[in-house]
Amino acid sequence: MSTPASVVNVGADLLADAVADQATPVTRVDWRPPMTGTEDDLATVAADPLRRTANERALAAMLDVTATLVDVAPASEVVGLRRGEFLHAGPPIAWDRASGPLRGGLMAGAALEGLVDDPEDAVALFESGSSVTLEPCHHRSAVGPMAGVVTPSMWMFVLEDAATGRRTYCSLNEGLGKVLRYGAYSPEVLTRLRWMGDVLGPLLQKAVRGSDHVDVTGILTQMLQMGDEAHNRNRAGTLMLLRDLSPAMVASGADTADVAEALRFIGGNDHFFLNLAMPACKLALDAARGIDGSTMVVAMARNGTDFGIQVSGTGDEWFTGPAQLADGLFLGSYGPDDANPDIGDSAITETAGIGGFAMATAPAIVRFVGGSVPDALATTRRMHEITLGENPRWSVPVLEFQGTPTGIDVTRVCRTGILPQINTGMAGKVAGVGQVGAGLVTPPAEIFPKALARLAERTRERA
Amino acid sequence: MTHSHVELRAGAYADSVTLLQVSRTVQGLDGVLAAQVAMATALNVEVLTEMGFEVPAEATTNDMVVALRLDSADALTAALAGVDQALRDATRRVEGPTEVAPPRTTASALRRSSGTPGHDAVALVSVPGASALVEAMDAVDAGRDVMVFSDNVPVGQEVALKRAAAERGVLVMGPDCGTAVVGGLGLGFANVVAPGPVGIVAASGTGCQQLLALLDHAGVGVGSALGVGGRDLSSEVRGASTREALRRLDEDPSIELIVVISKPPAADVASDLEEYAASLSTPVELALLGEGRPDLTAAAESVLRRLGRDVPTWPIADPPETFGRVSGGVIRGLFVGGTLKSEAQLIAGTGGGHTFVDFGDDEYTSGRAHPMIDPSLRLEHLARAAADPETGVVLLDVVLGHGAEADPAALLAPAVAAVSQPVVVAVVGTDGDPQGRARQVRALVDAGAEVHLSNAGATRRALELIGANQ
Repeated sequence: MSTPASVVNVGADLLADAVADQATPVTRVDWRPPMTGTEDDLATVAADPLRRTANERALAAMLDVTATLVDVAPASEVVGLRRGEFLHAGPPIAWDRASGPLRGGLMAGAALEGLVDDPEDAVALFESGSSVTLEPCHHRSAVGPMAGVVTPSMWMFVLEDAATGRRTYCSLNEGLGKVLRYGAYSPEVLTRLRWMGDVLGPLLQKAVRGSDHVDVTGILTQMLQMGDEAHNRNRAGTLMLLRDLSPAMVASGADTADVAEALRFIGGNDHFFLNLAMPACKLALDAARGIDGSTMVVAMARNGTDFGIQVSGTGDEWFTGPAQLADGLFLGSYGPDDANPDIGDSAITETAGIGGFAMATAPAIVRFVGGSVPDALATTRRMHEITLGENPRWSVPVLEFQGTPTGIDVTRVCRTGILPQINTGMAGKVAGVGQVGAGLVTPPAEIFPKALARLAERTRERA
Repeated sequence: MTHSHVELRAGAYADSVTLLQVSRTVQGLDGVLAAQVAMATALNVEVLTEMGFEVPAEATTNDMVVALRLDSADALTAALAGVDQALRDATRRVEGPTEVAPPRTTASALRRSSGTPGHDAVALVSVPGASALVEAMDAVDAGRDVMVFSDNVPVGQEVALKRAAAERGVLVMGPDCGTAVVGGLGLGFANVVAPGPVGIVAASGTGCQQLLALLDHAGVGVGSALGVGGRDLSSEVRGASTREALRRLDEDPSIELIVVISKPPAADVASDLEEYAASLSTPVELALLGEGRPDLTAAAESVLRRLGRDVPTWPIADPPETFGRVSGGVIRGLFVGGTLKSEAQLIAGTGGGHTFVDFGDDEYTSGRAHPMIDPSLRLEHLARAAADPETGVVLLDVVLGHGAEADPAALLAPAVAAVSQPVVVAVVGTDGDPQGRARQVRALVDAGAEVHLSNAGATRRALELIGANQ
C-alpha cells in the first residue's frame, strides 16, 4: 500500500504529534463537542444512506439555476393576491404577535389598497382579523425585504429559470429611510408607493418586455467582484441593472419626465438591485427543496418576532425560534433600545451563499456593519465550515477566487456551533419609525437542533 | 492548613490528553499539593472523590472540574491563574502566515487538503465515541480511508459506517483501533518497523504490536498492518473491514504473506472469511487467539517458519538480584494492552485465583486518556497490589511506539522498585521506537524487574515463580 501523503487528525493532539514525528504533514481539526444533546441525532443523520447523494443533488440543483428578469407586473396578476390578502416576510405569524415594523408595513399596505383611509385605522382592521389574511411571501414563491409586506396592487419583479420555467417574485425596492418595508406609513411613504405603482412599475414592464431579458445571475457574478455582497451593498448591481434597462426605458415612448424620474430613482437607490438578488437566490434554493435525506437549508427568514428555517429534507415545515437583535451601527441618535429584532426574507441571500457569507468580497461595507477587513475574510472562511460546497460562478478574488460558501448544512451547524452570519438592516421597533441602523446578526441557535431532530426522525422512519 | 477548591466550568471542554497535561502542569505550581482538571465523567468523579475532593452532585459530563488542594487558601488566586494559563498553552497552536483558522470538521479539513499535493490524506479520528461516526463518515463521504481510534462507538453505528465505506471502497480501521501501519506510516500506537514481506490485518491493537515487535526482533519487516477493530469479525459487523483490508494487502505486490490476528470469529463469519482468504493470490495465515489456541508468540513463530526464517530465542533481561523464593500467592496482572491481558489470562487459566485487569478497557477510559498515555490509574493499582499479602507475583506490560507515553519507565520503574514481590514485565516494542526499547528495559531491570519481549513468555515465567503447574 502507498504511504499516505498527509493525515487529517481529529481528536487527541498527541496522535497528530506522532504523525508529525514521522515527517508526514498533518492537518489538525479544531474539534469541539457538538451542540448539547445532538450526538445521537447527528449520528443517525450521518448514517442515513440517502444523505450524501441527497445533498449532492440539492447542491447541484441549486447551482444549476440561472435567474433571468422576464417581467414586471402587479402582484394581483403574477402572485394572484386578492383584496385583503397580505404577504409578509418570515415564517407564518398573526397580527397579535407581529412586531412594530411588520404592523407598520401592514398598516401602510392597508392604506395603499384603500382598505382604510388613515393607516392608524388599520389597527382595528387587523385586530378584528375579518376580511384580511396574512401569509408568508415564501408560501407564494416570493420574498420580501424587511417587513416584506406585499399587497395586490404592488408591482413585482418576475424572475424565471430558463431551464424549467419556474418563477419567483419580489416587490420593487423603495429606497432607504422612511419606507414601508422598515415599518413606516407616513404620507410620504404612501405617496412614493403610489408613484411606484403608477409610473415606475409600468415603465419597468415596458422596458423588460421590450429588451433582452436581464441576466440577474450574471449581474450577481459581476457585482460580487465589484465590492457588493448583494445584501447590504448592491451599488454595482443597481448600476448594471440601469445599464441594461435604460435604453429600453428611454425608447419606451413614455413621458420623458417620468423616464428621467425613474432613472433618478433607481440610480439614487443603492439597494434597488437587492429586490432582484433576493428572488434570484430563492429561485436557486427552491430547486433544492423536497429532496428526502438532504440536510441543506433552503430558506432562512424572519418576521420580526420569529426566525425560521426550512430544510430540503423536511418539506415545507418551519423550524422557528426568537429573532435576535443585530449588533452594528445606528443611524443618527438611534440606539440599541430603538431596534426591532431581526426581520425580513433577505437572509435568503446568505442561504444562497452571498450577503454575510460573501463579506470577504465587500470590504467597503465591513465598517458599516461594525466590523474590520480581517473580520470579513474570517467570516467568509468560517461559513465554509458549515456549507456543503462552493459556488464556482460566484468567486471571491481576495480569497484566490474561491467560490462563495454555499448550501448551509444543518448537521455542520450543529457539529460546530457556528451560526450563519447575516448582514442586515435594523428596523425601529415602533411602527412607523423606519430604519434605525444596520449590523450583523445570527439565527437563534436552537432552530438547528430542532431541524436536525426532525431529519433524524425521518431517517429512523425510513430505516 | 490545607485548602481544597472545587469548581465546575459548564460548557468548557478539552480532550483528556490535554487535561492530563494541564493537571500535571498545575501540580507543579508553588503551593499546589494536588490538582486534577478533568471532564466530570463518572470515572473522573470517582477518582476525584478518592482524592478527597467533593464534586457537586449537579456535575455532568459536559462540565469541566477544576479541583485543587493547596497548602493554604492564599495560593488559590495564583493556582487558578495557572490553570487558565495551562489551558491556554495546551490549546494554542502556531498558525501559518495566512492566519487561517483551523478546520472545525473532518470534512472541512479534507476539503481544504483536496486541492493540494497529498490529497490522498487518511483521517485519524479519536474524538469521544458518541461523535466518532460523524467525523469518520466525513472521510467515507470524501472517499478517504479512516482510522477510528475512538472507543465507545455503538455497534449499530459501526455497521452503518462500514456499510457506507464498502459502497465507496473505503477502508475503515476501527472503531477502537489502536494501531495501524499504513504503507510504513504509523497511526495511533504503532511500533517503528522496517518495511518487509508481511502484511497484517488485526482486530487487536496490542496483539498487532506484539507481532510487530517479535517479527522485528527476528529481522522480518512489515509492509502494512491494518487494524479493523475488535468487533469487526462479530456476527453483527461480519468482517466488513477485514475483507477490505485483505483486498488491499492482496493488491500490494510487496506483501508475501498476510496474517490475520483476531479472536475466533463467529462461526458463519469464520467460514466467509476463510472462503474469501482462499480466493486471494497472497497466502493468508489466520492467527486466531483463544482457549486451546496458539498464543501470539506461537503465531509469530509460525509466520517465521512459513517464510522460511529461523525462529530466534525471545529475549529475557534478568534483574541484578534473582527473585527470592515465592511461597505461593497469586498473579496480579495489570495491563494496558487488552489482548496482552487476555493472552496472559488464557495462559494462566482459571482456578488459581489470579487477577488480570486491562486498564484500556472502556470502563477505565471514559473521559480519560488511554493508559498507554496516562499511567496514573495503573500505578495506583500497582501500589495496591504490592500491599496485598495475597500477591505472589506482579505481571505487567509496557507497550512502546508512536503515540505512547514518551518515557513509560520514568514513572513505572520507581513504582516497580517499591514492590517487594517479584515483578515480571513484557516490554512490547522495537529498538526503532521513539522510547528506545533497550533504554526502557534497562530502567525496569535496574528497578528489579525481569523483562521479556514475549508476553506469553512473561506470563509463563510468572506462573513458574509462584510454583504453579503449567
